[in-house]
Amino acid sequence: MKIPSNILTLIAGIALTMICLWYGQNHGLMPIAASAEARTVDEIFNFMMTIATGLFLLIEGVLIISIFKFRRRKGDLTDGPSIEGNIPLEIVWTAIPAVIVFILAIYSFEVYNKMGGLDPMASHDMGTQIAHHHHNDNLVALDLEGQEVALGLGASPGNKDEESLVVDVNGLQYAWLFTYPDTGVVSGELHVPVNRQVTLNISAADVIHAFWVPQLRLKQDAVPGREAQLTFVPDRVGEYPIICAELCGAYHGAMKTTLFVETEAEYNQWVQDNTFAQESFLDEAVARQ
Amino acid sequence: MGGFLAEIVRTELATPDPDLVQPEMYNQMFTMHGTIMLFLWIIPAGAAFANYLIPLMIGAEDMAFPRLNAVAFWMIPVGGVLLISSFFVGAPQAGWTSYPPLSLMSGKWGEEIWIMSLLILGTSSILGALNFAITILKMRIPEMDLNSMPLFCWSMLATSALVLIGTPVLAAALILLSFDLIAGTSFFNPVGGGDPIVYQHMFWFYSHPAVYIMVLPFFGVISEVLPVHARKPIFGYRAIAYSSLAIAFLGLIVWAHHMFTSGTPGWLRMFFMATTMLIAVPTGIKIFSWCATIWGGKIELNSAMLFGIGFISSFLIGGLSGVMVAAVPFDIHVHDTYFIVAHFHYVLFGGSVFALFAGLYHWFSKMTGRMLNETWGRIHFALTFIGFNMTFLPMHQLGLLGMNRRIALYDPQFQSLNIVCTIGSYILAVSTLPLVINVLWSLIKGKKAGRNPWRALTLEWQTTSPPAIENFESEPVLWAGPYEYGIDSENEDEEDVEDMLAEVSAQS
Repeated sequence: MKIPSNILTLIAGIALTMICLWYGQNHGLMPIAASAEARTVDEIFNFMMTIATGLFLLIEGVLIISIFKFRRRKGDLTDGPSIEGNIPLEIVWTAIPAVIVFILAIYSFEVYNKMGGLDPMASHDMGTQIAHHHHNDNLVALDLEGQEVALGLGASPGNKDEESLVVDVNGLQYAWLFTYPDTGVVSGELHVPVNRQVTLNISAADVIHAFWVPQLRLKQDAVPGREAQLTFVPDRVGEYPIICAELCGAYHGAMKTTLFVETEAEYNQWVQDNTFAQESFLDEAVARQ
Repeated sequence: MGGFLAEIVRTELATPDPDLVQPEMYNQMFTMHGTIMLFLWIIPAGAAFANYLIPLMIGAEDMAFPRLNAVAFWMIPVGGVLLISSFFVGAPQAGWTSYPPLSLMSGKWGEEIWIMSLLILGTSSILGALNFAITILKMRIPEMDLNSMPLFCWSMLATSALVLIGTPVLAAALILLSFDLIAGTSFFNPVGGGDPIVYQHMFWFYSHPAVYIMVLPFFGVISEVLPVHARKPIFGYRAIAYSSLAIAFLGLIVWAHHMFTSGTPGWLRMFFMATTMLIAVPTGIKIFSWCATIWGGKIELNSAMLFGIGFISSFLIGGLSGVMVAAVPFDIHVHDTYFIVAHFHYVLFGGSVFALFAGLYHWFSKMTGRMLNETWGRIHFALTFIGFNMTFLPMHQLGLLGMNRRIALYDPQFQSLNIVCTIGSYILAVSTLPLVINVLWSLIKGKKAGRNPWRALTLEWQTTSPPAIENFESEPVLWAGPYEYGIDSENEDEEDVEDMLAEVSAQS
């Protein structure tokens, strides 16, 4: 039975679409996502993965078919057909990537905005921005009062008014130091309660480091002489690695610690233990003098 | 040398602990691996092809400024020896990007030697680019206008523009860094009120275009190799030619995408995301056009063509992951991870190096007058292709799962994938053997090549192989466009080309 080639092409096209839709959702390449924002990043990755799989299979398919179908036969010294181009076809394949990247750019913009990346820029109404400035603590992209450009990711537009747990993060060769200004706790590990907004003020003591939690899909360089912010709401209890992702010297690979996302009770317990430990340490120090 | 360092790096990464080399040494290794591969392998290899082919392709006797050319050439070994000598004083270990303040704190003289050798290599690159641009613009034979020159010349024109605009900025950054290092100034040192982010901007203003400096010449090579062996005209000549220029232009305004997690405000990240994604459009045009070129042709599947097709399929992956990392929210996750390592190896190895080998198998006969052995060529291709994909494909996953780059010790959960990568890299190392054997053996015993073993139409195939001094014995004649295959198929077998040439020389 001979199937007409346009039907074959159609079937191949449908199969291709199905495969890339399936693979885009089931690639299993990402670690667990521990916040709502991390899941939006995964969604955009799945979307890109779907398109990429489609294009990959299409191009590789064309190459493989060409290799088998359009081989020169032995002794055939003639040339192939003289086709120098096809303007409509070229316009189509210029337009398709253009449309894809346009969609992708808008989508990324949305996601980035949702993650709080454009916090003060979310509104173009400069007047209100300045008026509301006093309670808009999570200034990130641009400080409208003009002194400095703050960096990093702010609160998601939805949770702007929520009060966050502030932690000062200091990167130094080769460790992270977390200071909780509210309670005075200083720790080498980051403990945060689940479902509460956390704002990290990130700085570096010596060279450039980068604060990265793969499960939150968040990364921000810690640059000496500057302060950067990350704001996130972890919604999954667990232990996640905190990794330094900017080469910071010989033991860069060992510069790791752990993020503990805990229930409210566990977190309070931890704060209490540590406050107590530090106080008794201070008491001892005082007593010795 | 660069490859050897890479093998040590991979061997080290076979286990999660730093056991083969010390972490300091490991950092020196990957710094030098990056620098050597970029500045002493891919950039000079592109320049070498350009130097050799441009005059031949446009029918000139030599480059516009032969002395300048010699100076540029001899600066490369000087810079190279200097760079490698830094191992004696403790090689630089701040990565090939040398971000301050780290680069100011680890090994002063190694870093300074690195700066000096990069300045020398950069100067060489500027002089070369000047020469290429002027040669292409001014020395074409009179019959050849810009739109009938081979596409390789177009891509070199775009490359030269990038070199001329970008490299001086790198030089400035390096000289300022050098002042910080030696004279204790603080342009970039935050301790004295300097700003490390400024260095990043200046560095990437060159170093992102540098990626295109490394890959554009090889786009040109591919545009030459594919039509010859597919026996079909290149599909969309103007689209390919102008997309090179578009890539060069866009390449200049995307640098901050290397700094999405660094000191860049949100709106800047959005701007650079948009420009970076736009590059996908001209690049896509090229890939589609290459595919359309071989589609429906009569493909001679020799080593050059194998590497050519290998190039498209590998570079495609690099291009796709490139669009992904352009998306800021995603890049924030994968920045400085093995995903990036995989991405740029797919661009620079899958792109540049595959095309470089395609070019080598294609033009070896012209350069030496002898053919390379096909069997060895195919073995070389198979080993390279398998080794390459085995080394770099798993790295995508490693990066996504959370393995950061430039580390000598990593989480044991990543070990199995790392072992796959390491085995792949050994295959890649072995793959160089057939190449070396093939080149040496063919130089002495290879089948003699005529003027035009591939029955190609560009001008370099009109002269003897290897070309005579001053390239052409008699004035070359432009009797066909560079890619006019299949117009008059009966008359274009080898004898006819020879006949025509004989006729032409008789006339002149």
